[in-house]
Amino acid sequence: MDFILQPWPWYVAGPMITFVMFLLFYFGKKFGVSSNLETICAIGGAGKLLDFFKFDWRKNTWNLLFILGVVIGGFITFQWLTPSEVVALNPQTIQDLSELGFQNAGAQYLPDEIFSSDTMFSVKGFLILLIAGVLVGFGSRYAGGCTSGHGIVGLSNLEMPSLISVIGFFIGGLIMTWLLLPLIF
Amino acid sequence: MVTFTFNILNMKNIKFLFVGVLFGIILSKAEVISWYRIYEMFKFQSFHMYGVIGSAVVLGSILIFLFKKGVIKTYFGAQITIDPKKKGFSRNMIGGIIFGLGWALGGACPGPMFILLGRGALAIIIVILGALLGAFLYHATKKFLPH
Repeated sequence: MDFILQPWPWYVAGPMITFVMFLLFYFGKKFGVSSNLETICAIGGAGKLLDFFKFDWRKNTWNLLFILGVVIGGFITFQWLTPSEVVALNPQTIQDLSELGFQNAGAQYLPDEIFSSDTMFSVKGFLILLIAGVLVGFGSRYAGGCTSGHGIVGLSNLEMPSLISVIGFFIGGLIMTWLLLPLIF
Repeated sequence: MVTFTFNILNMKNIKFLFVGVLFGIILSKAEVISWYRIYEMFKFQSFHMYGVIGSAVVLGSILIFLFKKGVIKTYFGAQITIDPKKKGFSRNMIGGIIFGLGWALGGACPGPMFILLGRGALAIIIVILGALLGAFLYHATKKFLPH
């Protein structure tokens, strides 16, 4: 039980993600989270505005159930399997973040500087959260996949489009982390 | 909505709920859902994220190889076919860069967004609504974009 309560090292988590991919393949499906964004738009009535969203979303019910399970998995873990949220960050990371104005980096999973209720109801904080979401939603559908569909399945299937996408993920991530975050914070 | 309820009750699909629960627990326990882990990854200050994704991909490529060779078959006894991702440099590179900007800003890709919702992180609702808006905006503007 103690092992479950500790943070899991990469060599446990990585193979278990492969196991999830195996289960989905085994049941005849393909692992990919971001396509759910389109499905939810379709359920929400986006078809009234754009013909693309008039597809029959019921064929994706399995993936909606998967994502519902993901929400439940998050709930279970935080309720019962996470006695401490301290993230053992590299001391250099903590120092870099404190220079950006992030206090107590790693004391919990999410920084208050972005996710606290005070921040989310400020104009700047709200825009940061919204824009982060828009970029992820727009980019993942433009590229045709996110970390799961391109990063895990596509790379595992040795696909060139996925390699290009993942290189893109990193170019974007490096620009944000090294150039833009110091301007934003 | 009636059909949706029916589909949930349909045991054929309920197994995916449990696979999702497992995935949610794995990513939570691996701290992949932490904004700080994503920042640290893009700063090249920790091996953790590279280890998680790298080991999943290495084992995944072996898994897909075995599936394609027919060594492992699906539950239905069939060989798997994986629809290839769409080709085109622009869509993958530009889309990827836009995604990466958002990933590093919000510290969450689509899976972790939903996990954090389960954690009760109120602010993530704005990120998820943004992601839905982003997916909508892509389809509204895609005819003007290079692919």
